[in-house]
Amino acid sequence: MTTDVMLTADTVGQRRENLYFALRNPKVLIGLTIVVGLALLGVIGPFFLSATPNEYIGPKSEAPSADHWLGTTYFGQDVFTQFVHGLRSSYLVGSLGGLIAFVIGMSVGFTAGYRGGLVDEFLNMLTNVVLVLPALAVLIVISSYLEVRGVISQAVIIGLFSWPWVARAVRAQTFTLRNRDYVDLAKLTGKRPGQIIMREIMPNMASYLLMSVILLFGGAILFAAMLDFIGMGPSNSVSLGSMMQQAMAWSSLHLGLWWWFVPPGAAITLIVGGLYITNVGLDEVFNPKLREK
Amino acid sequence: MLELEKVWKSYRVGSLGSKKLTAVRDVSFSIAPGEVLSVVGESGSGKTTVGKMVLQLISVSKGAIRLDGEDITKTGKRGLKEYYRNVQGVFQDPFSSYNPIFRADRVLEMVKESYFPRVKRSEWDSKVEDSLQSVGLEAGAVLGKYPHQLSGGQLQRMLIARALLLDIKVLVADEIISMLDASTRIDVLNLLGSLKERGLAVLFVTHDLSLANYISERVIIMRHGAIVETGATGKVFGDPRHPYSRNLLASVPQLHTKWSENPIPVVELEPDGDRSRPPAPLTKVDERHWVASVG
Repeated sequence: MTTDVMLTADTVGQRRENLYFALRNPKVLIGLTIVVGLALLGVIGPFFLSATPNEYIGPKSEAPSADHWLGTTYFGQDVFTQFVHGLRSSYLVGSLGGLIAFVIGMSVGFTAGYRGGLVDEFLNMLTNVVLVLPALAVLIVISSYLEVRGVISQAVIIGLFSWPWVARAVRAQTFTLRNRDYVDLAKLTGKRPGQIIMREIMPNMASYLLMSVILLFGGAILFAAMLDFIGMGPSNSVSLGSMMQQAMAWSSLHLGLWWWFVPPGAAITLIVGGLYITNVGLDEVFNPKLREK
Repeated sequence: MLELEKVWKSYRVGSLGSKKLTAVRDVSFSIAPGEVLSVVGESGSGKTTVGKMVLQLISVSKGAIRLDGEDITKTGKRGLKEYYRNVQGVFQDPFSSYNPIFRADRVLEMVKESYFPRVKRSEWDSKVEDSLQSVGLEAGAVLGKYPHQLSGGQLQRMLIARALLLDIKVLVADEIISMLDASTRIDVLNLLGSLKERGLAVLFVTHDLSLANYISERVIIMRHGAIVETGATGKVFGDPRHPYSRNLLASVPQLHTKWSENPIPVVELEPDGDRSRPPAPLTKVDERHWVASVG
């Protein structure tokens, strides 16, 4: 009876088992709730609010009220409208920058790890060069040369500089996996290298890839906030970082306008924190040794 | 049918390939249909490299590998795919031969995908069932299971069934029973014997002399990447001429003898020399028996 139950549970497969544990892991649930909740606010919110977050609409420096949920800025702009638009652009930077970094990192890592030899030596050198580049300094230089700094261009720049650690980890994993006999067996079935990478090697590191997407996403949001805060943010729209930069520039701290800088700061902390909690939770899901009894 | 002619393999190692490591030196042999040829040798003798070169998983540095007269080291990707219709392999570790996150029968499905995309599902299923039956497996017992739910013997036999789906002529069996326990070992070995009877040629790579003696007609003994002795199994094992072969045969533990009763006499052998030089030539010492000269 018991063995019977175990066998059926086994055939259900590892994927569904992972999903089962993921949906019952409190860390994953809490993290995802925060991240998804704020994302929904950023995606849906702007449809109900003004499309021009920088418009001067109300009294200056007003505390939160029923009319202006998060108060107004020193110039009389609605903080909540700015906040919702800022969330949207932060998520955009996170997903686009993270995606670009992920795609580059994976391509470089898989190619270097699978091909080996001179290709690997070259790609590894490239990876190391980008890895040791002081990314912040380079980003500042590039950002200051752009005439109009948009959210997209910021995401592209961040993506182009944050892939190396993914590439290194994927390369190392591919090195061990490409020597497995099932890779040889796939070659004996006439499969091409691309098919072997996609269908034999990649599924074996799916959990790692998922977690690196999450970390890249959070990293890109944090990096964007950092750039925004030093004044290298998008010049044609609002972001969480640029809200904080504006608040700082007009000494909201000294004037006591806490509603101007607390929401964007808290949102960045919550998003990145939520992503890290999700990541720790997923680690427990994929690694049964870490699961609590 | 399958023929290796003066095959060499050397690797470039070190940074930017500054050093050269020769794994296989000047190996020539051929296999005929319905024949089992054993390649025996210690670890690092190059026997597995020979097997992998026959399967073209490792490229050949020098020399030619011919199947029915056609040099397969020079055919392109498409030619290689056709080659694998005729030549297939089974490897040492059954648990590493299956991708652990997929069902075990995926290896059979991949054959359909690559080689029989137009065969009807029902037709294919009966083909799979026949093939599994011929290796002594029951379809219901193994299909739809994950690799960790099957035994090593079942997995190895399923890989042989996979090879048989392709109507192969040559099977490269690289240490296929080293990781099985003694009772399932003999089943797989006897299966190889029955395949031989159906006209299949088997290249049996092993370090176990008794297995080689049990199954094969001819044997090759390799050391330091080169052949030191080759010929009919009875001749080589009955009358070993090369000191290395004698050492190898003397070191097989016998049932009913203890190590303390009969210390094994070991002859001092020449050390590994310059591997880039051609190895000592083989000379014929008897009918169907060749030995490399010593010294």
